[in-house]
Amino acid sequence: MNATSTIRIGNGCGFYGDQLDAPRDLVRDGRLDFLTLEYLAELTLSILARQREKDSSQGYARDFLYVLETLVDALQRGEAPRIVTNAGGMNAQACAQAASEILCRNGLSHLRIGIVTGDDIMASIDGWLEAGEALEHLDHGRSLAEVRSQLVSANAYLGASPIVEALREGADIVITGRVADASLTVGPARYAFGWEADDLDRLAQATLAGHLIECGAQVTGGYTTDWEGMSLADVGYPIAELGPEGQVAITKPPGTGGAVTVQTVTEQLLYEVGDPSAYLTPDLALDLSQVKLEQIAPDTVAVSGARAPFVPDRYKVSAAYRAGYQTAGQLVVYGRDCLRKADAVASILLERVRRAGFELDRICVEKLGTGASAPRERSNVSQASELREVVLRIAVAGRDRAALERFSREWAPLVTSGPAGLGGYTTARQPIRPVYAFWPTTVPKALVDPHVSVAVRSADEWRSEGVQ
Amino acid sequence: MNLGDLASARSGDKGNHANIVVVARSSEAFGWLQNHLTAQRVADFFAGLSPSRVERFAVPSVRALNFVLYDVLDGGGSLSLRTDTQGKLLGTAILELPCPDAPSSLARQE
Repeated sequence: MNATSTIRIGNGCGFYGDQLDAPRDLVRDGRLDFLTLEYLAELTLSILARQREKDSSQGYARDFLYVLETLVDALQRGEAPRIVTNAGGMNAQACAQAASEILCRNGLSHLRIGIVTGDDIMASIDGWLEAGEALEHLDHGRSLAEVRSQLVSANAYLGASPIVEALREGADIVITGRVADASLTVGPARYAFGWEADDLDRLAQATLAGHLIECGAQVTGGYTTDWEGMSLADVGYPIAELGPEGQVAITKPPGTGGAVTVQTVTEQLLYEVGDPSAYLTPDLALDLSQVKLEQIAPDTVAVSGARAPFVPDRYKVSAAYRAGYQTAGQLVVYGRDCLRKADAVASILLERVRRAGFELDRICVEKLGTGASAPRERSNVSQASELREVVLRIAVAGRDRAALERFSREWAPLVTSGPAGLGGYTTARQPIRPVYAFWPTTVPKALVDPHVSVAVRSADEWRSEGVQ
Repeated sequence: MNLGDLASARSGDKGNHANIVVVARSSEAFGWLQNHLTAQRVADFFAGLSPSRVERFAVPSVRALNFVLYDVLDGGGSLSLRTDTQGKLLGTAILELPCPDAPSSLARQE
């Protein structure tokens, strides 16, 4: 494919758990050439790794199967865009096989599914550590060896190249594991326009487009400061229009809620960005510091000025390790004295846990309703005589699961053996959950690339492979 | 006058760090904020979160200041015990930063 006119890439999913019908609506109204679906937040892979551990046919984003069902009509009519998604999570092959079942059941067995694997680096880690590749934590620089025994998952953020390869081999649907969010857009753009991996000016623009649409509705009016008057129930999901010279405009389907304005795009431009002159992706280091935005039509903003000063020679790695347990509980504390009373209730509860002989490693007490969830200058409303209720929330963490169990069961007795004016105890007790902590690091691309592979087969072939 | 009269904002997490984007509502407001909304001022405002340091980056072409607040998320992501594990509320919170010395002509026209 060597497109000479504009292509349209939509993103119908910003994270695992995003609105289920957004992709269907975007495909119906968006005139898309490509649909991207992004499912992998930093810790999603550790959850998927545990699912795969329990059942070898699991470990991918199951929401994708629901989404695929909603796209069957469009696929049957031949009106669906090609799909690029990282729904494969920890098990792209199982995801492809499950997707192939849906396609075959609906007369679409000829469609081709490509999978990208090799991001899962768990099997290589011991060898690399032995060879002196310390996989240092990006913040404090200590070696991953420190948490090796608790490690649950480790994945490199791959770039756009394997996606381009899958599309060139005719994939209608590309399913990857950990690929950088923006690369889901860069892949189709490179493929459509025939851009090479070193065409940095154009790729910078495509990376910026991917960055802007990767969080779904966050660029089309979701999460925006000036939310009043904006119709968000039917918020439109974003579309990046890309031109052959790297022109980019962000828009959304007509008739949908939300808005695409210079303000909504600017807020997303720097979302989760550190130094704007060096936002690192596997494809390139993106310099956002001279980006220009212009409202060129209603709900359409042109984006220019992205630069790529260099191409990193390392991949970012997202690793997760077991780090004890957490739980939390909360009660409504009512009355003119609710603030003093909430403090007292917290003391009573924690003292009872101590008297039972348990220790909690970390404790966080919040009085919600007082501004406690974002503590800032002059946010304390401790003198507010108007306040009639607060929500007392206590979260605790520790390595001793039994201590957390005890903490959790001490909430209900407060209603009969605590002060008057406590409500909501039936929902106070929360489950104990294991904690998976995040270990951000990097690894030389040269160590990972030999493991990266692309496999493209028809749905029919994927299905028969699953049956064997 | 508060920052919310001069700017909009959005925040997010980067591991145990948070970033807050402040987008000025006009070029004039951006000029004033560049001089007055320093990294130190933001660090003081969020002293309750005990940032180890605050760094500021300016992107004049879109009238934005990007603040990175280090080590403010109680471990971040899954480790944090706070309600706001990912710093999503900080963008809304910063809009209440008092700007008593800002010229009233910079305030948003309703």
